[in-house]
Amino acid sequence: MTGSVNDFVIKIATVNGTGSASANGLLMKALFRMGVPVTGKNLFPSNIQGLPTWYEVRANHKGYMSRSGRVDVMVAMNAQTYAKDLAEVSPGGFLIYDSTWPRRDMMDRDDITILGVPLAAMCNEHFSVARIRILMKNIAYVGVLSALMGIDRNILKTLLEETFAAKPKLVDGNLQAINLGYQYAQEHFSCPLPARAETMGDNSGHILIDGNSAAALGCVYAGATVGAWYPITPSTSLMDAFQGYCNRFRKDPETGENRFCIIQAEDELAAAGMVLGASWSGARAFTPTSGPGISLMSEFIGFAYYAEIPSVFFDVQRVGPSTGMPTRTQQCDVMLCAFASHGDTRHPVLFPADPSECFEMAVQAFDLAECLQTPVFVLSDLDIGMNDWMIPELQWDENFKPDRGKVLDSKALQGIEKFHRYLDVDGDGIPYRTYPGEDPKGAYFVRGSGHNRYGGYTEDANEYQDVVDRLLVKWETARERVPRPVLRKAAKKTRFGVIAYGSSDGAVNEALDRLAEQDFHADYLRIRAFPFNTDVLDFLDTHDTVFVVEQNRDAQLRSLLIIETPADDENLPPVLHYNGMPIPSSCIEQAVLAYLEQEAAA
Amino acid sequence: MTYIAKPKIDMPGERRNEIGLRQRDYEGALSTLCAGCGHDSITAAIVQAFWELAIPPEKVIKLSGIGCSSKTPAYFISGAHGFNSVHGRMPSVATGALAGNRDLVCIAVSGDGDSLSIGFGQFGHAVRRNINMLYIIENNGVYGLTKGQFSASADPGSKAKYGEVNRMKAIDPVATTIALGGSFAARSFSGDREQLVPLIKAGLRHPGCAVLDVVSPCVTFNDHVGSTKSYAHTREHYYPAVHTDFIPPSKEIKASYDEGEVMPVELHDGSRLLLKKTDADYDPSSRSAAMRYLEEHSSQGQVVTGLLFISPDLPEMHTISGTAAQPLARTAYEDLNPGQAALAELQKDLK
Repeated sequence: MTGSVNDFVIKIATVNGTGSASANGLLMKALFRMGVPVTGKNLFPSNIQGLPTWYEVRANHKGYMSRSGRVDVMVAMNAQTYAKDLAEVSPGGFLIYDSTWPRRDMMDRDDITILGVPLAAMCNEHFSVARIRILMKNIAYVGVLSALMGIDRNILKTLLEETFAAKPKLVDGNLQAINLGYQYAQEHFSCPLPARAETMGDNSGHILIDGNSAAALGCVYAGATVGAWYPITPSTSLMDAFQGYCNRFRKDPETGENRFCIIQAEDELAAAGMVLGASWSGARAFTPTSGPGISLMSEFIGFAYYAEIPSVFFDVQRVGPSTGMPTRTQQCDVMLCAFASHGDTRHPVLFPADPSECFEMAVQAFDLAECLQTPVFVLSDLDIGMNDWMIPELQWDENFKPDRGKVLDSKALQGIEKFHRYLDVDGDGIPYRTYPGEDPKGAYFVRGSGHNRYGGYTEDANEYQDVVDRLLVKWETARERVPRPVLRKAAKKTRFGVIAYGSSDGAVNEALDRLAEQDFHADYLRIRAFPFNTDVLDFLDTHDTVFVVEQNRDAQLRSLLIIETPADDENLPPVLHYNGMPIPSSCIEQAVLAYLEQEAAA
Repeated sequence: MTYIAKPKIDMPGERRNEIGLRQRDYEGALSTLCAGCGHDSITAAIVQAFWELAIPPEKVIKLSGIGCSSKTPAYFISGAHGFNSVHGRMPSVATGALAGNRDLVCIAVSGDGDSLSIGFGQFGHAVRRNINMLYIIENNGVYGLTKGQFSASADPGSKAKYGEVNRMKAIDPVATTIALGGSFAARSFSGDREQLVPLIKAGLRHPGCAVLDVVSPCVTFNDHVGSTKSYAHTREHYYPAVHTDFIPPSKEIKASYDEGEVMPVELHDGSRLLLKKTDADYDPSSRSAAMRYLEEHSSQGQVVTGLLFISPDLPEMHTISGTAAQPLARTAYEDLNPGQAALAELQKDLK
């Protein structure tokens, strides 16, 4: 037996372009409204129409949000992937398929329950238009699930009424489809299943949102006005969302003019150049992209580092190398972003773990970029960026004031004898800057070529070194300004530690809970930024063995830790998951147990 | 880019413009280009044009890419913010800067390598977006800083310094601009200050992307016999087609003109261009006629100069996107932040 009340995984296998997204969204939101903690992961192809796509809904009363590695109920709507989907169901689980066309010869598992529902036949009988029949087939499986898994039909009805508020006629058809599935399941199966939903707590303080939307909201609230971008999966929806929020919140109430400027650039190189130009002119500017985009932007990123131009880059990571798998997730751009561009360069990188942090860190990124006058990266990934996560409602502090860093306006310039762009007046490695259009006294020449502390061109050995050494002073300032890591102490004192970051967080927490039940205890430090601050050094120093969990092949964060801290690589066993699927908690649990077994044997 | 400060000497009796500045207030550092470089003449014309238009230096941004041409922004208007960007990518930086602050007066200096090879894409897209900037291409057909390779604007048959002959077609930035649907395409010669200054002024006032191709011989690598971008060759084949006079809005138009010979073009700020046509039937408002005209003369080996195409009504980037008149970089945070109430309202739809 697998799955229980408010603890189950439903996986739906469909063909993309058939409208299954709205059916899946309906299912997920209904569970959310029943007060069950829920998360949905869209596992989709790099394609527009006709290829297999999956949607995985996990409901868990403890609030675990990562993939569990289990499938309790499979809805196998795609004949093409049927064999694979059948194989994936956990023993004791259920598989629902469209029995309009029998598939007896392929049903060769006796450890799961297979339920056939003639979805197509029912929809063909009740709906006349071909397109509607296809759409309703998807809604009908939601009806089947509502009977089998106790999903509240009143909530489904309310959701449909909200969705189609502008087209009430559609509500009836959708409700009819739900009832068709519901009635069939009630009449033919023993409902409900052990794996089912029951109304529990209150989710009203929570929202369902994807990380790209949350990051875009962060950009709006940070006061970003210029967004330059080139479309690339999985970052595209970030700029789409920014555009949407700007249309809603950033129109001049009197004139209707835009208090924002979004430019779809000709390529990522241009997008980066536009961000630099806009930031230099005094606007807050950003670009959302993914790994291939960062590769293309690298020349400008080095320029921004050396010429000290604030700039914010969102890298929503996808599977590399090269084009890789654009619709699959990884944490594979850690090294790329930390050291992007030729020459000695290094950049602050923020690691949001969920949409809440996408929102917060988007705001922090602009403050950091302007305070430090350097490029700052927000390293999200496809799992965070494009999937719906349940998070506490976002809050905004009305007292927030953007920290624009050290900027001299016309008045301040009059108070000084002479302005020098790259002079470290305060000893923190951060010079003062000016905006164009203000005052001729603040004029200076931005250049990526060698320059001295006064901003003049130089080929002088000492003058050159003076500036690049000062950039290291600034790096030390950055170390203490970036977000600190989050520590989760184990219930018992332990010599073991776990380090992880970003979207692995949920899986690590769940795995550690399960390991604690088996009497293995580890402290967990979730790193939220590069450069590593003292908290990271202390953690490494106080634990003998620290598992470093990440979603890439080469253990990139682990390498960074070895490069940047005194930690010994012998003491940092990597736990890696990099097949493109979000990391499941089972992977971490098993890796730790295997390590302990090996250690005991040695 | 080498840099030598230029001493500013007060000369009594110097003329001052409407905002009380002398011409030398628009100068920059001392040029470190080769003696006799065409680029220095262009710099001098830029200084004169800005001074005559009385543009406050701090309102100006001057940008460039990489190459000999791209050194020149250091040599004019020291009171302006300058941005020497990466090779071929100046247009994107200019686009961003003007996205952030649309009130800035933007002059960009590029070269044939910078704009027609490595930066051909960005050049094309600045034209396509009709970014409000003066885009000067100092065109010598050769890579000077790396010592004499052909550029994409080298004419077929032209000879490099050590005898190699170019066999590929030249990319003409003027024809390209017109073909791309640009709003302003002009050409001049670094040695013709009389034509160059009004074209620079017209380009600065033009409300869109004004592309000004300036043939500017390289005295070191491309001024020999066999080069089609040498001083001698250019002077011989120079064909001034459409001479331009620029008249700012504040000044009454005194010059009278004869219909058929001179054509006035009014810009949106009220300034006027007077186009004196050498060829009576030339119409700079016709894209197809301009293309035909260029083709006819280039096939005869003639370098046609002047304001060859203008369409001041084409909308620039901000007009197209509906950006607020107040520069975004100068918009108060209070006017950008939707606040907690809006955030709470928004999230009702996410439950």
